[in-house]
Amino acid sequence: MAGAAADELAAVKLETATQEFSNIVTTHRPQIFRFLLASTRDVDLAETLTQECFLKAHRNWSSFRGESSAMTWLMRIAINLQKDHWRNRRMQFWRHTRTNSVDLDEASDWLPSGERTAEQRILAKEQVSHVWRAVKGLSERQRTVFMLRYVEEQELSEIARATGLSEGTVKAHLSRAVGRVRAELGGKR
Amino acid sequence: MESGAELDLAGVDEALELALKNFKESVVAWSDAELGRTRPAVKTVRQRSWQLAAGWALSVALVVGSVSGGVFDHHRRVEMAKAAAAAQAARQQAVAERQAREDDQDLLAKVDSDVSKEVPSAMEPLAQLMAEDDSR
Repeated sequence: MAGAAADELAAVKLETATQEFSNIVTTHRPQIFRFLLASTRDVDLAETLTQECFLKAHRNWSSFRGESSAMTWLMRIAINLQKDHWRNRRMQFWRHTRTNSVDLDEASDWLPSGERTAEQRILAKEQVSHVWRAVKGLSERQRTVFMLRYVEEQELSEIARATGLSEGTVKAHLSRAVGRVRAELGGKR
Repeated sequence: MESGAELDLAGVDEALELALKNFKESVVAWSDAELGRTRPAVKTVRQRSWQLAAGWALSVALVVGSVSGGVFDHHRRVEMAKAAAAAQAARQQAVAERQAREDDQDLLAKVDSDVSKEVPSAMEPLAQLMAEDDSR
């Protein structure tokens, strides 16, 4: 009798956890994918890393203690997966002689279909292209911090938690990244 | 979160602010468009397995090539050293033999001349007789 009740409780717990994780995936998948896409400019790679991120999160869901938000936790996993990917790629240089990353002009073609004049669209495309060019020249850490701040609009403290860096270091990376973007825009203006 | 980003951009010029805003909107538009698309995964997996196989084959070929190249080079060097040593030994032996022959000839010539020149006075008549026999 007691055994049956315990089994039922365990089943309910499992169902609740599954439902909870399913909600997490639905809520945060677009943001994780967007961050990885912006960081790699590779749609297939971003999709693969996003799936790996949620697979890893699912495996470790029971150990998630809620000390940080689920988003920060997931972002940390995504950043580590991305790091591992680049490290493996450097080690296995013969595997990927060509990259699937789209070129900067192609990435700059994407603009929201808002109410803009043709002139505004051209100007916006040019600006986006300059930012991509600056981003390409950033180090891995600077790029990560830049994307989290200006694409994901995260607070410095959240970025620090997700990257494992101190807030001061995050600020320093961000400052260098913005300086680079400013120089790129200034040089082309 | 929006306010944080705005605060951070308060000190920067308008062009930068506008560029960063456009950049964000561009990334969001691209990401949203790609998220809505379905992609076949089979091709990627197959391509990766081919890449893996090609990578392994290439690395094995490289390792085998470098190892066998090293062994071949070492073997060639050893053979060349052996041949050089043998040639050197043969040359030395030839020189030694020629030297020995010359020494023998010199010694015999010296003995002949010494014998012919230094005949004791008591043997002079016998030596004359031998010389006469030779002339006959």
